[in-house]
Amino acid sequence: MGSNSLHVLKGINFNVKEGELVSIMGSSGSGKSTLLNILGMLDEADTGTYTLDNFPIKNLNEKVAANYRNKFLGFVFQSFNLINYKSAVDNVALPMYYQGMKRKERIEKAEYYLNKVGLSPWAQHMPNELSGGQKQRVAIARALASEPKVLLADEPTGALDTKTSYEVMELIQGINDEGKTILIVTHEHDIAQMTKRIVNLKDGVIIDDSFVEQVRASSHV
Amino acid sequence: MFDIERWQEIFETLSKNKLRTFLTGLSVASGIFILVILLGFGNGIENGVTSQFQSDATNLITVSSGVTTKEYKGLNPGRYIQMKNDNFNKISRQYENQIEHQTTMYALWQAPITYKNETVNYRVRGVMPGHQFIENADISTGRFINQSDFDASKKVAVIGHKMQVDLFKEDDPINKNILISGVNFKVIGVFYDPGGDREEQQAYIPVSTSQKVFNGADNIQYMMFTIKMDDNFDSAVENSKIMSSSIEQKLKEIHTVAPDDISAIRINNTLEEARKIYSLIDTIKAVFWFVGIGTIIAGIVGVGNIMLIIVKERTKEIGVRKALGALPMSIVGMILQESIFVTLFSGLFGLIAGLGLLALVGPQIQSDFIKNPQVNFNIAISTVFILVIAGAAAGFIPAYRAAKIKPIDALRDE
Repeated sequence: MGSNSLHVLKGINFNVKEGELVSIMGSSGSGKSTLLNILGMLDEADTGTYTLDNFPIKNLNEKVAANYRNKFLGFVFQSFNLINYKSAVDNVALPMYYQGMKRKERIEKAEYYLNKVGLSPWAQHMPNELSGGQKQRVAIARALASEPKVLLADEPTGALDTKTSYEVMELIQGINDEGKTILIVTHEHDIAQMTKRIVNLKDGVIIDDSFVEQVRASSHV
Repeated sequence: MFDIERWQEIFETLSKNKLRTFLTGLSVASGIFILVILLGFGNGIENGVTSQFQSDATNLITVSSGVTTKEYKGLNPGRYIQMKNDNFNKISRQYENQIEHQTTMYALWQAPITYKNETVNYRVRGVMPGHQFIENADISTGRFINQSDFDASKKVAVIGHKMQVDLFKEDDPINKNILISGVNFKVIGVFYDPGGDREEQQAYIPVSTSQKVFNGADNIQYMMFTIKMDDNFDSAVENSKIMSSSIEQKLKEIHTVAPDDISAIRINNTLEEARKIYSLIDTIKAVFWFVGIGTIIAGIVGVGNIMLIIVKERTKEIGVRKALGALPMSIVGMILQESIFVTLFSGLFGLIAGLGLLALVGPQIQSDFIKNPQVNFNIAISTVFILVIAGAAAGFIPAYRAAKIKPIDALRDE
């Protein structure tokens, strides 16, 4: 870290209940990604408390953090972050490898989740043989594969065109319908409208936190 | 370490990155390969030269005489200096404590030797009992000339293995009579000589007999002395140097030869020569080791370098893995295990290739100075393990750094 510290978040106080689909909005520099990273235990807050599923998350060493990330959280990134020399199914199976699951079992499970995002025929394809939307769906399957309590998505549609974005959102909504808690960072209003609650950040503080009428992505496709 | 799932991960990674794996392996394998070849030839040269020296004792001083080239005390140059029994006895008495074995020699360069109907023309050397040790002659049957043969000037002969084959065919030569230049001699022994056929083509008789029978009076052609070896090689060389120069001085005094006349009295000191050659071999071996170790260091640096690049290239992947729940130690383990596996595998490959080449080419080499180019297997295998350990150490630093990468930094879009 540089010597100049920058306070990005200045007093955030909010709760997410199980099964919610929340979007965090704000212009760049508003602290939305930092918030998500703290939630994802990729970063740690200087002060304040964070409780996940009644577990206080603080002063984690690397080992415990890795363990929690593996068990509680699934990540979806703007740039997909698939491992490019592994096939789609192997990518999805990776978090289960770190859970210590046997290879046969995790491949079966990975195939199940690939099927769920509609990519069964592409299971053996390499990431560079997939379109952007397909890559993001593989990434979502991977995030789901560890059966996390919370799915954290950082600009999941940032690198996709509108049509593909809506397809991905349709998938995310479907997962949410099954009861999974999902947090999405985005700066696109149409994407935010497809969630159930919008948290607006500006300069590190929440300026607005309201529930919205969810727009189903399927109506746009 | 023996987690099968981990190995599957590693094999998958290695096989999906064939070029990288191949290049890493190549630098390691070629390092070991070159080291093995160099060490093999270093040993080969040593073996070759050592076997050259084995034909004679290495601490041998040989004295011979020739024609004077300088005027001295009113005597003209061009005189032939003839060494006598007396000269030898004097030197022998004076250095009694330093001398191990000694002999004079009065030889016929070629003499007809006959047994029944077979005649050969070979060299006959009149020597003393001590010659057996000077020449490294190995008696296979019978015995060598002994003191009583010498004292009584007996007509006995010890013949070389080659001469035995040529003259006696399958017959047992012991106690048979042969004619040397028409004089009857009894064969008392057969010898082998590490010097080979040329040495085994000759016969030894007592020098006293040789002088009497072949009109030698008390003339001698050569004197040979071996010096008791000191444990310290350098001081042994120093002693033999002092001794040979004082023998030279003494003989020149006796025969009135100019002290700086190098042709009248000639002294050949093999120990001094041996030292030069052994120090040359040591130098060659040191150079080979130096080059070999340099090659291995280059290999290790290569592995370390490639590991650094691998870690750099895989920073994002490591970030992803950590975000998916990989423990820091599993990242270190993964990268280390990969580097150890590659270095070990390719190191062994280079070792086998090098040993194979030596085994294949070694016997084909027809040089006196290279013999059995082989490598001590233990040395070779330990260099492989040193390389593996060094490769692991070289891989550890980047791996440790990789494990320290915060996933958030690794995943940040560039």
